[in-house]
Amino acid sequence: MKTFALAGIGLAVKPAKSLAALVPEEKKAEQAVDMVAVMGGEPDQMFKRAIAEFGGMNRFVKSGQKVCIKPNIGWDRVPERAGNTNPLLIAEIIRQCFAVGASEVTVFDHTCDDWVKCYQNSGIEAAAKAAGAKVLPANQESYYRQVELPQGKILKDAKIHQAILDSEVWINVPILKNHGGSGLTISMKNYMGIVWDRRTFHMKGLQQCIADICTLNKKPVLNVVDAYRVLQTNGPQGRSESDVVLSKALFVSPEIVAVDTAATSFFNQIRSMPMDVVKHLGFGEELGLGTTDLNKLNIKRIKL
Amino acid sequence: MLRKLRIGLAIVAIIVLTFFFLDFSNLLPESVQSITKIQLVPALLSLSLGILLLLLLLTLVFGRVYCSIICPLGIYQDVVARLANLFRKKKLRHKFRKAKTILRWSVLSLVIITYISGLGLVLDLLDPYSMYGRLAVHLFKPVYMAANNGLEHLFTAFNNYTFYKVDIHFWGWVSFGLAFASLLVVSVLAWRYGRSWCNTICPVGTVLGFLSKYSIFRLSIDHERCNQCGLCSFNCKASCIDNKSESIDYSRCVSCFNCMESCNKKAVQYLPFWKIKKTDTAKAISKATIKTDTSKRQFLSVLMLSGFLLPKAVAANFNQELVNGLRPLKRTIPLMPPGAGDRKRFNSLCTSCHLCVSKCPGNVLQPSLLEYGTEGLMQPQMLFDKGFCNYDCTLCTEVCPSGALQTLTKKEKHHTQMGRVVFVLENCIVYRNETHCGACSEHCPTQALRMVPYKGNLTIPEPHPDICIGCGGCEFICPVVPYKAVYVEGHEIQQPAKAFEDEEREEVVLDDFGF
Repeated sequence: MKTFALAGIGLAVKPAKSLAALVPEEKKAEQAVDMVAVMGGEPDQMFKRAIAEFGGMNRFVKSGQKVCIKPNIGWDRVPERAGNTNPLLIAEIIRQCFAVGASEVTVFDHTCDDWVKCYQNSGIEAAAKAAGAKVLPANQESYYRQVELPQGKILKDAKIHQAILDSEVWINVPILKNHGGSGLTISMKNYMGIVWDRRTFHMKGLQQCIADICTLNKKPVLNVVDAYRVLQTNGPQGRSESDVVLSKALFVSPEIVAVDTAATSFFNQIRSMPMDVVKHLGFGEELGLGTTDLNKLNIKRIKL
Repeated sequence: MLRKLRIGLAIVAIIVLTFFFLDFSNLLPESVQSITKIQLVPALLSLSLGILLLLLLLTLVFGRVYCSIICPLGIYQDVVARLANLFRKKKLRHKFRKAKTILRWSVLSLVIITYISGLGLVLDLLDPYSMYGRLAVHLFKPVYMAANNGLEHLFTAFNNYTFYKVDIHFWGWVSFGLAFASLLVVSVLAWRYGRSWCNTICPVGTVLGFLSKYSIFRLSIDHERCNQCGLCSFNCKASCIDNKSESIDYSRCVSCFNCMESCNKKAVQYLPFWKIKKTDTAKAISKATIKTDTSKRQFLSVLMLSGFLLPKAVAANFNQELVNGLRPLKRTIPLMPPGAGDRKRFNSLCTSCHLCVSKCPGNVLQPSLLEYGTEGLMQPQMLFDKGFCNYDCTLCTEVCPSGALQTLTKKEKHHTQMGRVVFVLENCIVYRNETHCGACSEHCPTQALRMVPYKGNLTIPEPHPDICIGCGGCEFICPVVPYKAVYVEGHEIQQPAKAFEDEEREEVVLDDFGF
């Protein structure tokens, strides 16, 4: 609890304008990588390559730290249906965290379908446990704590899952999907799985609330966008395998708005998805959460 | 020996059955549900001929052992009676009582006649298995869940996540009240008089009692050995041993073998009827001769009348005036669970054991009040205040022992329309606030609510009720309060749902990042 409070204050000082705020001094060389995009491999393989490009997991997770990994486990779907983050990817991230000395890794999501079924059928519970992580429930309000969001435009507070609040660092691992309400669901939208009351978001204005929740003063150290299988239509749960495209891609960056912008551009190749449909990206930029201008960033593009 | 065997089997049966009702995390294997399927009334309603034949044979060979080792309510009474003796200084001495033949047969007739005339409620209320089911769901389960939450609290404090917190549900005063009342009545009777409920009210007891008079094996008293000490009678919780005449009323004997074990002279024996001395059998049978009762007709008429007087269904709220700018539309036909099919069939077969209510992972199935009319009181309906029906889940249709819910495969369920979506544009966030929402469409497994272009970049739900299966995901998640912008309307007879069609798609070749 104390550690969180300190970490919280540390991060609260200013919103991350660019990667500079997050990258240790000595790495602030011109070549510092802001984002790594990988195509053509298996989920775990692509992550290994991406994290190597960043210079290793220890840039983001320090020995002894408590890590929380937040996948999208929203739906009672098997991995082939692309409703949830790929379990192989989650397992690989957990292994990498432990490899650099993480003291504990927790995994959870506030699901839409029955959480027991989601955890099971997504394959994430089994994969995460096998990799040594603790898989936590998120089905009860008592697991959440009230947090103020002073920078939020319309969402001024929210109840956040304690696994995020009690961790020292957290990693946001969404899957790239079409979404009936917000156009796409990527890293920013994945925040909705750390909050208790999601109806408020829809009530107050979904797109602005998504941007607002991302002002939470505890940012993920990494956003890892799983685009191994992409749900191109009928998202976010999809209704048959014909909604799924095997696209074999992965985007990794500490820059949440940028990585979502990149993922949107990638999705746009599959099906038209203009940036202004995914309105929360623009709102995020307005709130100073990052840039949608990918030209400002040093992006490594790797094809395996 | 026989008594110990009986106690052993009974303990296993009641623990397994009770735990099956409580087991929210599916620790028990699926095969365990056969213990609910061998219950007499569910087997009768689902016309499980094999099971009925088995139970018939069981009774015709061994007597009413069903009541001692299969019926959970019967075993429960034995547990209560045993507990009662722990609290007493001196063990309760039962004594022979005259058979309440008229009462028994009146109740049975009432059950049968009301059932045939379309009011299954009497059977629902008196079927011992369903009574016990309701005790388990409404009284025992909250305790079990609270205990789980206690353990969760303890373990989580030590960073161990074996347990997880669960909601403790209260399914309304009617179900709770009736469960509590039946617990009270049955327990008090068991505490003071042993098996008197089974031998006065229970319709299953009356039927099996009648059959067991013709069973092959029965308890009998050897007059040469008997010294009329009365021990057997004191220990007879069915109060059916008359030690003065040294006779046993087989219609009430539940084959508990207490008498046999209590007898110091080994005079009480369990023998095939041809080895029993004539005098015994003759006496016993003559004692229990059936007398037709006329008072049952009075009972009946009163009951049937009350059935017709109670409102058939709760009046629909069709007030067209806006409340807080929202149109207060609500469903007019209750939603039956998956596999219910025809409303009449469903209402007549369901005995409200509430096993499905307990098992439903989404907490969608809830006991009804008068939505189905009097005949359907407490029968499960789908409500979406706590959750929605999981698209791939067919659990309720698998566990239903009475056949009220017919087993559906996933595929069959995907093509069954339990209800149809109704979209109320004026209540919709997108229409009212002009902001993105789409919560309903997000939760729709078939896209019966599809987001279509609206003003600017906004999209708005468009209903396609033909492909709706009525799962209620949309109604559950719709953030508009108190009147939702989307709800599911029920069917009197569940309909086939049209299969959705996959969109034609061009092959996408991805050879670049696109940025």
